[in-house]
Amino acid sequence: MAELVYDETGRLLFTEEMAKEYTLLVPQMLPVTFRMLVKLVELDGGYHIEILETNTQKVVETGLKYVHNDMCYPAILSIGQLIEAVESGRYDKHKVALMITQTGGGCRASNYIHLLRKALKKAGLEYVPVISLNLSGMEKNPGFKISLKLGAQCVFAMMYGDMLVHLGNQCRPYEVEKGATDALIKSWTDRMVDLFTEGKGIGFGAMRHLMREMVRDFAKIERTNEKKPRVGIVGEIYVKYAPLGNNNLEEFLLKEGAEPVVPGVTDFIIFKVNNRYVDVGLYGGSPIKKAAMWIFQNFVIKCQNIMIEVIEEDGTFRAMSHFSELQELVKGYLGCGNKMGEGWLLTAEMLELIHSGTNNIVCTQPFGCLPNHVAGKGMMRKLKDDYPNSNIVAVDYDPGATKINQENRIKLMLANALRYERSE
Amino acid sequence: MTDSILNTKKADYRIGIDIGSTTVKVIILDENGEILFRSYERHFSKVREKTAEVLERAKPILAGKTIALLITGSAGLGVSKSADIPFIQEVFATAKAVETYIPETDSVIELGGEDAKIIFFKGSLEERMNGSCAGGTGAFIDQMATLLNVSVEELDRLSANFEKIYPIASRCGVFAKTDIQPILNQGGRKEDIAASIYQAVVDQTIAGLTQGRALGKTIVFLGGPLYYYKGLRARFKETLNLDDDHAIFPENGDCFAALGAALSTDGFEPQKYEDVCARIKDSVSDAVITNTMPPLFESEAEYAEFLKRHNANAPPETDISKYAGDAWLGIDAGSTTTKLVVIDKDGGILYTYYGSNRGNPVQIVFEELKKIYAAAGDRIKIRGAAVTGYGEELIKNAFNLDAGLVETVAHFRAARHFNPDVDFIIDIGGQDMKCFKIRNGAVDSIFLNEACSSGCGSFIETFARALGYEIEEFSKLGLFVKHPVNLGSRCTVFMNSSVKQAQRDGASVADISAGLSISIVKNAVYKVIRAGSADDLGQNIVVQGGTFKNDAVLRAFEQELHRNVTRPTIAGISGAYGAALHAKDLGLAESSILTEAQLAEFVHKAKPITCKLCTNHCSLTVNTFDNGRRFVSGNRCSRPLGKEKSALPNLARYKYDKLLSYHGVEGAPRGKIGIPFGLNTYENLPFWHTFFTKLGFEVVLSPESSRAIYRLGQHTIPSDTVCYPAKLMHGHVLELMNAGVDTIFYPCMPYNFDEGLGDNNYNCPVVAYYPELLAANVKELKKIRYLYPYFGLHREKDFIKRAAKYFKDEFGIPKRETRRAAEAAYAEYAAYKDEIRKKGAEYINYARENGKKILVMAGRPYHIDPEIGHGIDELAVSYGFVLITEDAVSYLMDKEPRKVLNQWTYHSRLYAAARYVTTQPDMQLMQLVSFGCGTDAVTTDEVREILENGDKIYTQIKIDEISNLGAITIRIRSLMAAVEARERGGF
Repeated sequence: MAELVYDETGRLLFTEEMAKEYTLLVPQMLPVTFRMLVKLVELDGGYHIEILETNTQKVVETGLKYVHNDMCYPAILSIGQLIEAVESGRYDKHKVALMITQTGGGCRASNYIHLLRKALKKAGLEYVPVISLNLSGMEKNPGFKISLKLGAQCVFAMMYGDMLVHLGNQCRPYEVEKGATDALIKSWTDRMVDLFTEGKGIGFGAMRHLMREMVRDFAKIERTNEKKPRVGIVGEIYVKYAPLGNNNLEEFLLKEGAEPVVPGVTDFIIFKVNNRYVDVGLYGGSPIKKAAMWIFQNFVIKCQNIMIEVIEEDGTFRAMSHFSELQELVKGYLGCGNKMGEGWLLTAEMLELIHSGTNNIVCTQPFGCLPNHVAGKGMMRKLKDDYPNSNIVAVDYDPGATKINQENRIKLMLANALRYERSE
Repeated sequence: MTDSILNTKKADYRIGIDIGSTTVKVIILDENGEILFRSYERHFSKVREKTAEVLERAKPILAGKTIALLITGSAGLGVSKSADIPFIQEVFATAKAVETYIPETDSVIELGGEDAKIIFFKGSLEERMNGSCAGGTGAFIDQMATLLNVSVEELDRLSANFEKIYPIASRCGVFAKTDIQPILNQGGRKEDIAASIYQAVVDQTIAGLTQGRALGKTIVFLGGPLYYYKGLRARFKETLNLDDDHAIFPENGDCFAALGAALSTDGFEPQKYEDVCARIKDSVSDAVITNTMPPLFESEAEYAEFLKRHNANAPPETDISKYAGDAWLGIDAGSTTTKLVVIDKDGGILYTYYGSNRGNPVQIVFEELKKIYAAAGDRIKIRGAAVTGYGEELIKNAFNLDAGLVETVAHFRAARHFNPDVDFIIDIGGQDMKCFKIRNGAVDSIFLNEACSSGCGSFIETFARALGYEIEEFSKLGLFVKHPVNLGSRCTVFMNSSVKQAQRDGASVADISAGLSISIVKNAVYKVIRAGSADDLGQNIVVQGGTFKNDAVLRAFEQELHRNVTRPTIAGISGAYGAALHAKDLGLAESSILTEAQLAEFVHKAKPITCKLCTNHCSLTVNTFDNGRRFVSGNRCSRPLGKEKSALPNLARYKYDKLLSYHGVEGAPRGKIGIPFGLNTYENLPFWHTFFTKLGFEVVLSPESSRAIYRLGQHTIPSDTVCYPAKLMHGHVLELMNAGVDTIFYPCMPYNFDEGLGDNNYNCPVVAYYPELLAANVKELKKIRYLYPYFGLHREKDFIKRAAKYFKDEFGIPKRETRRAAEAAYAEYAAYKDEIRKKGAEYINYARENGKKILVMAGRPYHIDPEIGHGIDELAVSYGFVLITEDAVSYLMDKEPRKVLNQWTYHSRLYAAARYVTTQPDMQLMQLVSFGCGTDAVTTDEVREILENGDKIYTQIKIDEISNLGAITIRIRSLMAAVEARERGGF
């Protein structure tokens, strides 16, 4: 068994020995993208990683038991999911490590990893190492490294994920053959994983080529001509994307006859990079850091440009907006220094949806989400004033909040959506 | 589903069915739109049965006819699905009816059982519904009536004769309860409370739902509560300043959604009445509850065994009519119930009483004392009497009792009697939950339920009544059910919705009963105590309080902990029993309690007044008794009693006065610049004041916070779950404009000063970005020059550079001037901090020289605002503490790694202050936490850990717009009692 090694602050390290024999568990958030990301990370370090798909009541209960109940819902869920897995007997408790993202920044979400360690201690599982997944070099581990190369690869994987989800969302509500869209996403994800294994699919040229193929394949899915109301989903990143966090919101909207529009994760990544660059401008700091961030930001923006060009040249599907358009839209609402949580990006996404003809929006947030007081609920009044036809509903997610309340509010928004549509 | 099939055939009759959270409303219209039938009834959660029953009753009208019908309402979706009847969202149904009958309507305010809605008609049609944290509606009024022990009709009648309105928290029912309870316990008039309850509903509706949009001239009021309660109507009319022509309470206003649903049936396929009835009757809910838990008891035998075990813990009973000798009286004047116990010299029970205090504990105690005297005759002599509980001071003064003691100590005294090794006591009463550990024979680590989670005994009781049961019967229902439903472990409001959902999914009342009992336990264990395992609690757990009389709750508790616990048979009255034992411990020769003769002349009158001696504006109750005896309650300090304020040093007060001393210079050349006095201004005022004064501005600070300021800006608050300090900012900027200021400066500051105690130096997201929220929501700010640039003061050189540019661009101020002003500002800020530290050191010395205990009040800088801190500092000082603030000691520590992310400057101070306190034997720490402060979910556990590892007692006080002095007093007194007990080496 691997020896437990600690660093000078007493943090349990993930050692090279562990890398060989441990199973790494990671909570689910973005079903399509995570699968590809994990593959790349596995290939890079030879780890064995498992994405947790558990969604039982036990997950919530475990979270409530080990995490402060006033903590945000995503913390309760993802920590609950991880600890439930360790305690489930499905794994050797002494041969698992847990991975959790760490964003940094002034939101309390940057505390998840610390709360996970506290929870492990409370559960008597201090010997389970925790790995921080971040792009800012926090908490290094001898057995787990993200090289610059792997980082760049991961960016590509996220682009592919965003593309597949984006195209899939525009097909699924209209597919003639039920399940055709998801089957195509699955086959593309399989193919991407295979390509990564062969060392392919990374690079601007390869991406442009593969994405063109993707668009062509999705365009081939047979679709009806129905007119369905489009409903945007924005909000805190976890409850926005994770079905476990939002009570299967996308599925609910589909069932209610709407087309869910979910802005991708690409903008969030650019946003997080952009923040560091903006910070130096606002408060001062290292010009080297500023330059490095500028380069990184441009790299991701270049990826996004390719994605948009590919969709536009085909013309079948709506493309996403450029990051620069989001920056432009949010002016007059929030400053570019509003960076905690989803910050100004959340408001920008609502604006982008409205400008691209999706007036109906569900703004999701964990109950009591601090940044969303400002960037979510705080901006709705102004949005409604500026865009009287916008139809936004804020929905809070929480272990105690019930589906019936959430659904009733969403139904009100949908009824409104239909009425607007009729009156147009 | 059969909806949206356009049909030209017309049905004979049109029917709308509105199934809400508590009632079913049915309207039947004939071909001319005349109402043939209407019904408004409570469904007691038997949704489908009730609907079928009402339709059955309409048989004489409907037999053989064709009907078109629509279902609406929050609980209607289930019936709609299972019986295949089309559904219409209730807001749309309501809008249809309003447009048909009252086309001039500007907006509709509709209150239902659990929903509150506003529909705006003019301009763009817009609806607002209450969020998940905004319970106070019909169900809230029901709860409040229960609390006052009156029917809802009586409550309405009472409200007509009010004299004053008490400020009652309007956000959610649980909060309001905490506000009302102390008023009740202090003898406030029911008439006033009744009207105040209505006012709270009005405030919540207007503040929570309008969010800055004007309601317009003509307002239609709908829904059961507004239809039935005249007092509520009156409060709305007065608050909104409406005359009779513009406040419309339509006929059938309680059934408007049903009416609208009926009106909306055009185009829906006519169906045979008999077919529809059959479908509703035969339909079973398609939803199956999957979220269930194991049963409480598998068999009757298991239950019998359980009862036998618990019934063994009983004190002897002595017949009061035969006993002769000494006796001691204990009273527990709890929040909802009053308990009395008379014991003999062996602790045997001579007399007990347990009952609802029916809003007036004085009267109950008076009646019970008369009975005790009558039964005791000349044989029994009362040698001591003590009282505990919320009403302690009032009862003690009313009846001249010998002693009062804090609840925690009373409960410990009783528990020790039954289990000398007790190391954990949990008491769940009507309104509060108290848990504490016993370490070295003294009370330690007190956990009280916070305002948000008081789902305690009275909650089940109210629920039982709403479902048409008495509490005993209701809780027994759940004992043997196979699948108790999982209702989550949150506050009352959330549980209400969970229950609603369970009902929709077909859970029986018995399943719900068991589920509620389990919820209460989970709430206690995970939310209040924050335990991970049974061992976190203790080996010898004693449970007490009325709620544990409920076998289902007790069983659920044992199941959750996997451990047997001790429930004395007198669990419901253990506080009183402990008080009686305490009275006995006093060893008095004679009690000072009113004699039988004095009791005969006993008179009690209560009069509410508002103290105006400081900004706290305490709601005082002046109680007068016979012979001119007088007792004032509700005060925080001793000033209203005609005494001077406590002379002990209070650094919070010193800081506050210091900040207030930063005046602007009148007639300054560059004009006025307004700064809102809240949030981080409490930290940065010395800086900005100096900065702008040097630049030649007259700094105008907004007035001291008050409830009135909160109200002023309340309608512009977009998020009802944000913390109270943030909510106050809306009123502050409006006040500045009222004062004629046309430039307001309130910068966005994501970063704070770096004090070297943490890994980063952030502010929380609310402090950081609230200026932007104000810009988007306070419309008036558009009329003036509102400046909210991003600035960071943590990098002095960078700030000076950026500020120089900013003020050049904005005001044309030469860069050199700004640079100089900034340098002076940094110097002033440093001087201010230094002064606070020196003053802190001086106060600590004072305490040590005078043998006083030191209390570090640790929170955020803005917690010293008396409107936010509710005078807690004064209260602590009045109990004998010298009070200092966290920043007076945090600088004495160096940075140390923490187990949580230590990146917010204010948090770093908390951790450092807590660490410092553990090194000082005569210091205690009390942490203030704003309700809704997400980051404090992180800090509270960490501060607790630091203190407990350092062998200190952790005391946390959660504060909000409410000021629950009772709970705060318990904590401060328990802390004092525990510290004293430790000094004595145990009780």
